[in-house]
Amino acid sequence: MRALSLSGVSFSYIPREPVIRDVSFSLESGRILALLGPNGSGKTTLLHLILGQLSPKRGEIEIFEREIRSYSRSELSKIIGLARQEERVAFEFTALEYVLLGRAPYLGPLEAPSDDDYEKALQALEMAGVFHLQDRFLTSLSGGERQLVIIARALAQIPKILLLDEPLAHLDLKNQSLLLQVLKSLREQGVTVVFSTHDPNAASVIADQILLLQKGCLLQYGPPDEVLAPEKLQDVYEVPLRIVEGNGKRYVLLENIGER
Amino acid sequence: MKDLALASSREIVKRNRAFLGKIVLFSALLLISVFLSLLLGRYPALSLQSPQAIVSDPMAFNLAINYRLPRILLSLLLGATLSASGVVLQMIFRNPLVEPGFLGVSQGAAFGASLAIIFLGSSLLTMEMLAAFFSILGLFLSIFLARKLRYGGWILRLVLAGIAVSALFSAGVGVLKYLADPLKQLPEITFWLLGGLWGSDWHQVFYVVPFVLPALIVLYLIRWRLNILTLEDSTAFSLGVRPGREKMLVLSLAVIPVAVMVSVAGIVGWVGLIIPHISRKLVGANSQFSFPLSLFLGAFFCLFCDTIARTMLWGEIPLGILTSLIGAFIFLLILTRPSSRGFV
Repeated sequence: MRALSLSGVSFSYIPREPVIRDVSFSLESGRILALLGPNGSGKTTLLHLILGQLSPKRGEIEIFEREIRSYSRSELSKIIGLARQEERVAFEFTALEYVLLGRAPYLGPLEAPSDDDYEKALQALEMAGVFHLQDRFLTSLSGGERQLVIIARALAQIPKILLLDEPLAHLDLKNQSLLLQVLKSLREQGVTVVFSTHDPNAASVIADQILLLQKGCLLQYGPPDEVLAPEKLQDVYEVPLRIVEGNGKRYVLLENIGER
Repeated sequence: MKDLALASSREIVKRNRAFLGKIVLFSALLLISVFLSLLLGRYPALSLQSPQAIVSDPMAFNLAINYRLPRILLSLLLGATLSASGVVLQMIFRNPLVEPGFLGVSQGAAFGASLAIIFLGSSLLTMEMLAAFFSILGLFLSIFLARKLRYGGWILRLVLAGIAVSALFSAGVGVLKYLADPLKQLPEITFWLLGGLWGSDWHQVFYVVPFVLPALIVLYLIRWRLNILTLEDSTAFSLGVRPGREKMLVLSLAVIPVAVMVSVAGIVGWVGLIIPHISRKLVGANSQFSFPLSLFLGAFFCLFCDTIARTMLWGEIPLGILTSLIGAFIFLLILTRPSSRGFV
């Protein structure tokens, strides 16, 4: 089943200055998609369009083969979860209190979390590998731990599609490996994952499909070994690059660092 | 593999027990305080009368039931409203330094009351009506201006609009003070601006209750959901919330009762700022617990200050002076303590 399908989607914040131009692609459910591109290429805007927070100026978005606008806000929040790159939290919530907020789509406006919601929140913390941090304040966590707790909050929603905005940006190697394991296990459970990244290697390691964006345009869409070609990437990142292969994956290296 | 079901129910039991203990303690404290405050007063000298003495003396009974009791109820409602509003505003604005008078509400009320004192003969009713009118006008003007501003996000625009509206009304109060008769009207304006419940009666209680109580009940019922409004808008949206719409609704529920209370009590500062801080310190930032505790603590704090205000000296001490004095002292104490759980 198609989890996600975009056809001819364009979006602009200011009239006549599109940040997403005529993007079309579709993604089967249970796959991992990387939105790859340099800073300012429109990755986060595309995530917000898929979330339904932004409406396309042109084109259509379908979630599980149904037009996104036909879903109610409450229906959509049970299907799509979002973990942002940097979530500023103004008050000292513990990790568990914060992850419990992920249960909001399942609670009425007057309801507070039940036993079952606590259980789901604890499961999400365990799944993200941060069960031991449940009583720690969010503000006392390192950037990497915090990122994993934010992802746990999105997992507590039990989403069918998980959107992650630059999830690896603040993680050290150990936490990167932990997150990649989480994403793999989500894929095994049939969850569709869409994450944005500016790092081609992060995309190569885990993604089934890569969507290469340049200034809001879809430059290429396909499996990593098709998309990670030096010519295209050099064009997008505007630096000389070299592709090396290992473990059946392609990795991108900077060719050399020239003089300014 | 951890037994998550067991862990989660243990977690709930642990949290609820700790919270319930605090609520029972504060309820008992509040009830005792209400009872003592009812017996305490100047009749004619300061004394704590026994219940029998009050019941057996018709004048003392009249004083306790028709003057002290409505005043006590108003002080409880004032404290609960200001603190509830403080919790809500701090959460919505994601800033622990916001207080209920923030959106032009307090200065609007001050302008309305001053206008009544100078041009309408300073009857309590006209002062209350004009204060309530201009205070709600201040709120709507702030929201209207925030919509018109073309700078920054919604919260920043509201803050800027609130500051501008407060400054406008504050200038208006300045002009009215300048025009006021320095012997009669100016002291009246000054006294009103300092806040107090000296003219309280049952009419005022019946006037504020329909505005204040339903709003507090609704806010109490949605207290856990307030946590979601502290998140970034896109995160709140992903959780099924329409942040703009819900924030406006909750903001109105928090500020309109304040406008009504300010019209009766004048400007009583610091309650809405420090009580939410103390609550978060005691039970954490989660509004499921910090909101109800704020209601209790705010009510207790205003009752305590108002009892001092009416008993300590022969004359009335303006309530606003006491809440500011004690509030600022507590605030400094909190800020200088090494651990500050609950706020960043």
